[in-house]
Amino acid sequence: MSAPYAKLPGWADYGLIPVINLLVAFLVAGLVVMLVGENPLRAAGILVEGAFGRGQSIAYTLYYATSFIFTGLAVAVAFHCGLFNIGGEGQAYIGGIGVAIVCLSLDGVFPWWINFPLAILGAGAVGAFWAFIPGILQAKRGSHIVITTIMFNFIAASVMVYLLVDVIKPAGSMAPQTRTFLEGGQLPKLNWLIEMFGLPIRSSPFNITFLLALVCAWLVWLLIWRTKLGYEIRTQGHSPKAARYAGIGEARIIVITMIISGALAGMMALNPIMGDQHRVQLDFVTGAGFVGIAVALMGRSHPVGIIPAAILFGALYQGGAELSFEIPTISRDMIVIIQGLVILFAGALEHMFRPQIQTLFATLRPRSAGVEATSGEGA
Amino acid sequence: MEFFTTIVQILDSTVRLSVPLLLACLAGLYSERSGIFDIGLEGKMLAGAFAAGAAAAVMGSAWAGLAMAVLISVGLALVHGFASITHRGNQIVSGVAINFIAAGSTIILGQAWFSQGGRTPSLSAEGRFGAVNLPFADAVADVPIVGPIYSELLSGHSLLVYFAFAMVPFTWWVLFRTRFGLRLRAVGENPAAVDTAGISVTWLRYRAVICTGILCGFAGAYLALAMNAGFVKDMTAGRGFIALAALIFAKWRPVPAMMACLLFGFLDAAAIRLGGSPLPLVGRVPVQFFQALPYVLTVVLLAGFIGKAIPPRAGGQPYVKER
Repeated sequence: MSAPYAKLPGWADYGLIPVINLLVAFLVAGLVVMLVGENPLRAAGILVEGAFGRGQSIAYTLYYATSFIFTGLAVAVAFHCGLFNIGGEGQAYIGGIGVAIVCLSLDGVFPWWINFPLAILGAGAVGAFWAFIPGILQAKRGSHIVITTIMFNFIAASVMVYLLVDVIKPAGSMAPQTRTFLEGGQLPKLNWLIEMFGLPIRSSPFNITFLLALVCAWLVWLLIWRTKLGYEIRTQGHSPKAARYAGIGEARIIVITMIISGALAGMMALNPIMGDQHRVQLDFVTGAGFVGIAVALMGRSHPVGIIPAAILFGALYQGGAELSFEIPTISRDMIVIIQGLVILFAGALEHMFRPQIQTLFATLRPRSAGVEATSGEGA
Repeated sequence: MEFFTTIVQILDSTVRLSVPLLLACLAGLYSERSGIFDIGLEGKMLAGAFAAGAAAAVMGSAWAGLAMAVLISVGLALVHGFASITHRGNQIVSGVAINFIAAGSTIILGQAWFSQGGRTPSLSAEGRFGAVNLPFADAVADVPIVGPIYSELLSGHSLLVYFAFAMVPFTWWVLFRTRFGLRLRAVGENPAAVDTAGISVTWLRYRAVICTGILCGFAGAYLALAMNAGFVKDMTAGRGFIALAALIFAKWRPVPAMMACLLFGFLDAAAIRLGGSPLPLVGRVPVQFFQALPYVLTVVLLAGFIGKAIPPRAGGQPYVKER
């Protein structure tokens, strides 16, 4: 047995195991809630109600999910190439510069529908640049991408603080942020999409970046599974040796993958900046780059998995905010724990329950369990 | 003379600021030398700091705080070991998970148990590791040059500071002069060879991970019980990652690790001291420049522009025993 784990039927591999892992993560989170002295079921009820109960809350959930789709896709694309891009947080943060440059210079000149594509390019380009450096250092100098991207997160934070405090803050203002964008730097809301279902909304940050996120998810699917480049990326990720034999330029693929990954992460900046706050503030990313890791792991690096995973985390963010109103002892940091647990159980411990499930399959349906079954017949 | 006093003061705070880095860096050294990458140093340190602050506040004893910090940190280290050694999971992913679990749960539990916005109650003198005065520190304080160096720079730190610096030669001795150290280094380079020699790779790596947990606990306890008087949320503030950077900077060796931590501690101390005031020759340097410098230096080093940092060869790869 060369592979450490035997094969399972596809639905078990892509459906059953992730769901079991997720359930375990939530069970452990429930234990934390009990440790705090609250009822986990009541907390879960408030959370679901807070995330999906009214049109307003659905809009907020989808607003958060938009950011997570971008960062989740960014992590996923890198995963396919066997690269772990922890730098989504920094790439998104720096991507804010791209949006700021376009909006600050053109918001009084053009309407939003001209500025939006330009800002997409800006955010994507700056984010891509921030991922390009770790990429090329990995490809050409062999420096470990995980460490460099972590370092680049911190460097990005310092650069942004410097820029916001010392450079682009308008004169006479105390708050470290840019000026508020004019009409041309403000994206239209998507509230009508939810109101269509008869759910009224007073105001929400839900904006058309959501549609861009969906388009990006489709494009990523197209890229990874339907193009030559995607095939090369997957080959490189699956077996760098095979990729080398096939004549795929290792350095080229690594750099291109990181550029795509960084551009996706950078585009996340559009959602809070152009869609909601209409200015660049300190820490506008608020951990979305890291949530992307959990989203990508949960979604098994496939857009079809990433979108629901992003919505789940969006719901946790929105529901978590409501939860902290109802039960003050459970603040929004509960989400950080859940995020960590999901990363632990869906990522690092993803094979924990596999042996048991394999045994179960082998006893229930001997033929579907692959390796286990053949050795059983031989005995 | 005033210039000299300033230098001594900066160096004094350099020592204080580099201790948590040093403890965490040596912690990472054990794990990474055994082939287990650990980016969860930050999380273990944070959880340790919280445990230390909470236990010291409840029990009123710094030693109880230290014991609890080590216990919790070793617990998290064992989770990392369980995921990456027993279940052959991705070590980076597991480290990231531990960082988040620690970041979230310290705030939630801190708020639930003490209701001070994620802090633990301020500690009294018994709850902290106070300053230890070396013999004759007061007597020689007036001697020029040597006096201030001895009484300000070397004396008057907490016990954990001396412990941290004592751990440097100790770690060197363990790694390079004991059987355990030889095996530890071997399992990080070529686990199959260690396995062939009849030594359990799993148990060896678990022991390395436990060492990491113990030292991270000390680092956390230092933050909460010596540097501050209690736990404040997010008090590690990226120190675990700077320690990781220092470890790479030191090319996974104990004595250079101390030098790297002192360098990064010095950058921190200088940034605090200068606070945006102008420097001779270069003019005003933004504080953020000093804050980013350790990370920039590490990236430059990793890129091979100042020497080459070669990690332990089996680092990051789970060991699959052939059957």
